[in-house]
Amino acid sequence: MTDGWAELRWSPYIVGAGIGILSWFTWFISRRPVGCSTTFSRAAGAIERLLRGRRALDRPYHREVVPGVDWQVMLVVGIVIGAAASALLSGDFAGRWVPGVWRAAFGSGIGLRAVVAFVGGAFLGFGARWADGCTSGHGISGTMQLSVASWVSAIGFFAGGIVVAQLLFRVLA
Amino acid sequence: MRSKGADLAWGLLFGMIFGFLLHKGGATSYDVILGQLLLADFTVLKIMLSAVVVGAIGIHLLQGWGRVVLSPKRGSWGKNAVGGLIFGVGFALLGYCPGTIAGAIGAGRLDALVGGLPGILLGSWLFAVVYPRVKDGLLRKGAFPKATLPELLRLPRWAVIGLLSPAIALLLTLIERAGL
Repeated sequence: MTDGWAELRWSPYIVGAGIGILSWFTWFISRRPVGCSTTFSRAAGAIERLLRGRRALDRPYHREVVPGVDWQVMLVVGIVIGAAASALLSGDFAGRWVPGVWRAAFGSGIGLRAVVAFVGGAFLGFGARWADGCTSGHGISGTMQLSVASWVSAIGFFAGGIVVAQLLFRVLA
Repeated sequence: MRSKGADLAWGLLFGMIFGFLLHKGGATSYDVILGQLLLADFTVLKIMLSAVVVGAIGIHLLQGWGRVVLSPKRGSWGKNAVGGLIFGVGFALLGYCPGTIAGAIGAGRLDALVGGLPGILLGSWLFAVVYPRVKDGLLRKGAFPKATLPELLRLPRWAVIGLLSPAIALLLTLIERAGL
């Protein structure tokens, strides 16, 4: 294995095994699976509450997924910190707008990249709520629980992603 | 019952470890995720599938020992296949997912922070708006008869894990042999 905190990349198998072991502990200590996307619903609901007041909490979805801070919200905040630590240690921390693969196909314009990221984010957020989970909640935690819904969702994430990526980079670009 | 504060602190700690690992694996990088969706670089799949095998063995042992109660989600074609494909469209356009975008933001990526994050919040909010109209209809279309693969296949849990793990190991070996 590649080791050292300053390495830019570790073996994907070491990282994957680490995430697998992490899931033992989230279950054992916190009685929960790793998941991320519900956090964005809680955050969106909290923003709506700021703008519209308590009426925002009357939405049936917000009664089920209550806006505010919970274990998973803290997990997502932790991801920001943990990734920042890894990036700083390996010299990868950089305020960049346009990723390399995107730039090679669509140029270095910030506006186009930001708009497509925004639209993509909207599909991603909507789809994650529709499917009731994301690449971590279904793709890792749900598949390891052998949930049928999670396996179908995970296959859907990649099937949709592969088709649209091919269209974008092999047809449009 | 542990205090709410301790519960939140554990969440933060687990998240920090998760974010550290995701970044070290390259999964917080747009280029790595698009490499996966363009089938040129299988790093994302290697991470996910090894996490699934290692995780599955541990959590099902814990369940067998009565130390945890797993909660596999139930679903339907209308919910999981349709939602999965909508998610996939966004996955390719954005190049991050809800967990890895948090990591990309931590690494300073501005397309994630300024473009993707507000987009995900908007999409999540739009779902809350349409939810009452789909909750008893589309989301329940084609419900899966069972919650888990062992129930669906009528196999013992360990038989499914015992078949799945070598199948995943074989797939990953073939991916390595192909130089992906």
